[in-house]
Amino acid sequence: MASVAPAKPRAKAGGRRKTRNHEGFLRHANFRWLKIALLLCIMCLVSYFWVDVEPRHNGGTWYGYMLGTIGVLLILWLTMLGMRKRAMTPGGWSLKAWTSAHVYLGLSLIVIGTLHTGFQLGWNVHTLAWALMMIVIISGIYGIYAYARFPQSLSANRDEMTETQMIDGLRSLDRQLHDAAQPLEAEQAALVLSSLEQDPFAGGALQRMGNRYPRCATRAAQAELRRSRAYQPRMGDDPLDKVDALLAKKEGVLGRMRKHLQIKSLLQIWLFIHVPMTFALLAALSAHIVSVFFYW
Amino acid sequence: MTFIIRQIAYKADGSEIVRDTEAPQTAITIGRNSDNAVHLPDLAVNPAHAKLEQSGDGALIITAISGQPFYLDGKSVTNGSIDPVRGAELGFGGHSIIISRDSESAAALLTVRRASAVADSEEERDLDTVYTLQGKLPGKRGSAWGFALLVLIACLAWPIYSWSNYKELAYAEKAKRPDGPHGDAFWSSGSMSLAHKSLKEDCQACHVEAFVSVRDNACMTCHDDSAHDHAAKTRLTAARGKPEGFDAFQRSVANAFNKPEGRCVDCHTEHEGAGAMQPVAQQWCADCHDGMDTRLTDTKLLNAADFGKQHPQFRPAVLLSAVEGDDDSKAPRRRISLDDKPSEDNGLKFPHDVHLKKNGGVAQMGRRLSARYGFGAALACKDCHVEDPNGVRFEPVDMKENCAMCHSLSFDKIGDTFRQLPHGKPELVKADLRSFYRSTSPRRPVNLGSLPRQRPGTAARQRTAGDYARAVRFRPSRANQAIAAVFSKGGACYDCHGVTDNGGLNYAIAPVTQTARYMHKGWFDHAPHKEEKCTTCHKAETSGKASDLLLPGIATCRECHGGEKQSASEVPSSCAMCHEYHADGGAPWLIRQQQKKKQNKKRQKMQATKPKTVAQK
Repeated sequence: MASVAPAKPRAKAGGRRKTRNHEGFLRHANFRWLKIALLLCIMCLVSYFWVDVEPRHNGGTWYGYMLGTIGVLLILWLTMLGMRKRAMTPGGWSLKAWTSAHVYLGLSLIVIGTLHTGFQLGWNVHTLAWALMMIVIISGIYGIYAYARFPQSLSANRDEMTETQMIDGLRSLDRQLHDAAQPLEAEQAALVLSSLEQDPFAGGALQRMGNRYPRCATRAAQAELRRSRAYQPRMGDDPLDKVDALLAKKEGVLGRMRKHLQIKSLLQIWLFIHVPMTFALLAALSAHIVSVFFYW
Repeated sequence: MTFIIRQIAYKADGSEIVRDTEAPQTAITIGRNSDNAVHLPDLAVNPAHAKLEQSGDGALIITAISGQPFYLDGKSVTNGSIDPVRGAELGFGGHSIIISRDSESAAALLTVRRASAVADSEEERDLDTVYTLQGKLPGKRGSAWGFALLVLIACLAWPIYSWSNYKELAYAEKAKRPDGPHGDAFWSSGSMSLAHKSLKEDCQACHVEAFVSVRDNACMTCHDDSAHDHAAKTRLTAARGKPEGFDAFQRSVANAFNKPEGRCVDCHTEHEGAGAMQPVAQQWCADCHDGMDTRLTDTKLLNAADFGKQHPQFRPAVLLSAVEGDDDSKAPRRRISLDDKPSEDNGLKFPHDVHLKKNGGVAQMGRRLSARYGFGAALACKDCHVEDPNGVRFEPVDMKENCAMCHSLSFDKIGDTFRQLPHGKPELVKADLRSFYRSTSPRRPVNLGSLPRQRPGTAARQRTAGDYARAVRFRPSRANQAIAAVFSKGGACYDCHGVTDNGGLNYAIAPVTQTARYMHKGWFDHAPHKEEKCTTCHKAETSGKASDLLLPGIATCRECHGGEKQSASEVPSSCAMCHEYHADGGAPWLIRQQQKKKQNKKRQKMQATKPKTVAQK
C-alpha cells in the first residue's frame, strides 16, 4: 500500500542482504518512476514552448499529434494495470514497480494531455475525452491519498478486532438485549425490538461515507427509555437498567462498526469512479480519434 | 378440554427439539410473560397478547387481550374463530403457531415455532462483501460498460448517423441542414470563424467524404470567383523546394495519412475559435519567399522572409515618361529600388519647399487668402492634396480645385466676372487671348478730343489722334505678344508646365501623369497613418523639384513596423498586412478585416444613437 513512511536504510548484518522494511509503491526504487515522469513532463513543457507551430498549438499540429499519440499509448498501458494487478510477481517488473509507474506516468498525463489540447477546450468529444481523463486522474490522486492515509485510521479504529468479531459482538449484544427485554411492557419492548430489527449495514454509500445515522434505532430506544423512566422511582432490580446498559454497549459497538464502514468506503469509493470513468475515457478516446480521421 | 402446546426449537446444527406440554383448560393465553400457557419470548408480542378459548361447538375463539392485533392466516386481526379440524396459522411477532387437531387425543394442537431471527444482526451475511461498497453503488463492471456504451452511442454512432444522413448536401452552395442538434456537431474541435459561422451545423459543406481530408473543391463551391491563384502550381512547388529533414518526414506522414500538400486549408485553418479567421502566419510566405532565388532561379522577385529583418528595399513603379490623358496606368513604368534614388518627370514643375515654407511670398499669399480658403499661417499638404473617399490614397491634384486659389488664370474682368484662360487647352488659350485683343480697344488717351487737356496747336492733336489710330490699328497683333508671354518663362503656363516652343506661336504643353499608386505589389493605406505628419515620411519640405520621388524607404517604415515576431516593435507586421496571397489588386485580407471592423463599430454606434421611438413603434 501507499505507505509514506521513509524507507529505512538497508541493514547490513554479517554481509547478508536483508530485505528492506516495507517500501510503498510511491517510493519504489528510490522514486524511479517519479523521476521518469517528471523528465517526461519537463520535456513536453519545454518543447511546447520551444516548438513553433503555425498557427498555434492545438491537437491538430504535428506536435499535437505527437503528444496525442504518446497520451493514448500511455492511457492504454495504464489501463492494463487492471489486468496486470491480477498477477503478482516480484522483481524489476514487479506489480509494485508497475503500480509505481502507473501512478507517476498517470500523473504526467495531466501535462501531456493538456498540452495536447493546446488549451482549446469546448463542448465537444475532444474536450470530453480530456475531461474524462482528468476525472480518472483526479480520482486516482484521491486513491493515493486514501491509501496513504486511511489504512492507519482503519486499524486504529478496529483495535485488533476483525470484521467477523465486530458482527459477532453485535449479535451477542442483540441476543442479550432480546433476553433482557422480555419483562418489558409492550411499548418499551417495541423500542428495543426496533433496535434489534435495524440492519446495521443499511444506508447508502453517501450515508456510509458521511457516517451520519440520524435514524439510529438503538440511540432512539436508549433515549426514549431513559426519558420514560427518568421520573420513575428506582426500585432496584429494574430490567430497564440492564437493557439500558446493553443498549449503551451496542451503541459503542455500532459506532466502531460504522466508523469502520466509513473508512472502508472512503478507501474504496475512488475505484467506483476511477474504473468506470477509465472505460468511458477509452470510449471517448476512440470516438475522438475516429472523429479526427473521419472528418480529416 | 385440552390444548397441546408443541414448542419447536432448533439446535445449532439445524435439527429440531420438540417439547410438548398439555394445558387442560378451556381457555389459554398467549403472550411474552412466562405465566402464559403459550409463552412466546418475543419482544413483538405483548406480555399478555391474546386469549384462545374453546366454544361449545368445538371451534376455537381467539381474541386480542390488549387490543394489539395478531395474524390469522396472514391477515391482521384482533379476534377470530378457528376450526381446529381445518387448522389455521397464527402469527405473533417472529413466531408462528399452527393450530391443528391432535389425531390421538382430539385435543387442539398448537405447534409453536420461531419463524424469524431474534435480531437483524443474526441474519446470514456474506462477510466478504458486507463491509464493502458492493451493492451500495452501481457495480464497477456494469457502470464501466454502461458509460462506455453511452459515450460510444452519443459521440460515435450518432455523429456518424448525422453524417450519413446529410452527406448528399455536400458540394451544393447554400444547401443547409434542417435545424436541430446534429451528432457530428459534437465532433467540432472549436467554433467556426465569423466568415464560416453559418456553416456551423453543416459539417458536410467541407468534410465531404469520410476519412478524406478537406479538399479545395469543397472551398471552391462558394469561393470560385475570389480565390485567385497565387502563381502557377509548378512554380509554387518549385519555389517551396523539396522538403528536407523533419519537413520531409512530416510530408511523408501527411502523405501516408492522405493529406495532400497545398490545400486551401493548409493556410486557412478553421475551428480556431469564433471571431475573424486568423491571418495567415508569416511562416507560410517565408517558406517559399525566403531564399526563393535559389530554387526559382528565373524569378524577378527578391527574397523576403520578415519585414523587420529580411525584406528588400521598396521598388516603386517609377514613371518613365508622362502620357496624355488621365489614366496613369497607361504610362510606362519601371520598378526601381529606392536605394537607387530614382526620380521621375511627371510633366509638372513644382517646388514643394517653396510652397511649404513658413515665410516668404507663398506663405504671405496664403495668409491673405486664408479667410477664403481656410489656409493656415503657411500652406500645408492638405491645402492642395485631397484624400480619396476611402482615405487610402490621394486624389490627383486638380488645377482648378487645388492650385487655382493662388495660381489664377484670370485675364479680364467684365463687371464682377473674371474671365479665365481655359486650363489644359492651349489652343483655346491662344484663341481667347486673340479674341480679347481683337474685341477690346487700347486705352483712349485722355487728351484725345478733350479741349482743356490739349496742348496748344494742331500738331499735338494730330499726333495724339495718329498715335491712337495706330494703336487701334495694331491692337490685335498685341495678342501674339501676350501669347508668347503666357507660354514663356514667367508666364502662367510656363510656371508649372513643361512648354515646347515649336516656333510661330506653336507651343506644346508636356503631358502630365500623376501617379496614384507606386507600390503595386504591396498595399499602403494612409488612413491608419493619420496620426503621423505627412512630412514624417514624405520629405516635401526640402524638395525643390517635382521630379523628386518623395516616397519613404523601408527604413522609415521600420521605425514603427517590425516583423511578425518582433513584439518589441510598435507594430509587429506579418506579410499579410501589406501583401495578399490571392492578389486581386485590392487591399490585403488583413486590412479588409480591419476596415470591416471599423465599419461595424460605426454601424453599431449609429444604431446605438438612433432614437428608440422607432423601434418601439
